Amino acid sequence: MSTEADRTWFAEQIEGLLSRLYGRALRLCRDRDQAEDLVADSVAKAWEGLPSLEDRQAFRGWVFRILNNTFVSTCRTARWKAEHEPLDTAAGEFSLFERLHAPILLWWSNPEKDFLNRLLRADLERAIDGLPIVFREVVVLVDVQGLAYQEVADVLDVPIGTVRSRLARGRGLLQEALWRYGAEAGLTRTGEGEGS
Amino acid sequence: MTTIEIRNCEDALRHLAAHIDRELDAPVREQIEGHLATCRSCYSRAEFESGLKARLGALGQESVRPALADRVQTLIRRFTVAGGE
Repeated sequence: MSTEADRTWFAEQIEGLLSRLYGRALRLCRDRDQAEDLVADSVAKAWEGLPSLEDRQAFRGWVFRILNNTFVSTCRTARWKAEHEPLDTAAGEFSLFERLHAPILLWWSNPEKDFLNRLLRADLERAIDGLPIVFREVVVLVDVQGLAYQEVADVLDVPIGTVRSRLARGRGLLQEALWRYGAEAGLTRTGEGEGS
Repeated sequence: MTTIEIRNCEDALRHLAAHIDRELDAPVREQIEGHLATCRSCYSRAEFESGLKARLGALGQESVRPALADRVQTLIRRFTVAGGE
């Protein structure tokens, strides 16, 4: 069983990671109350499992794994079934860069960089939150959390090839949404609106 | 071990996402880096995709409502420890 010193150490670690745990939970759940429940459940599970953690230097990665696993085993279940969309729905590869890049302007203008710099955090959050969950969870785990493909495959219990294909599709959908938001905000050049 | 060859922009772009995600083995990675060092168009694309990934990475941190901080602190205080009640 853990000791009082363990509890003090654990509390310090969790305090230092709380904004990241919550941020990642919120991107997965999209709902503040559910994200808070996910964080609390994960903290409780981490405490229960602490005696089994041999290397305390690995605490950070370990506790994020617990968060992801808890998401998959609890929050994800009902919603995943409700929101699951077939992987073969028509949504082609979309490249924001290809829409924005203008080689002829290369030396004195960088429209894609300007576009990226002018996107708001709210635009990015909206684009991620709007993804179907099968794509969102992979994009969040790879791009927001920085997990390796194999780690994502382990968390979601899918083949690594599925991670790659969902990631490609998810990023395409995300970039398509950002293109729309950018067009709405006037960040794209005249005449290059949606569907061009 | 790998048979992947990066001969042109099409090859480089096919593996660019995995390169940015640090998923490629050293021989392929080196080929991509070699291509990016000489192709301005692919370099610009790599810079853009990396920039977008960095901005998404920043979404992993969120201000915590005081109620959650209090909830977690209370939870931890209630955890049973050796020698406690």
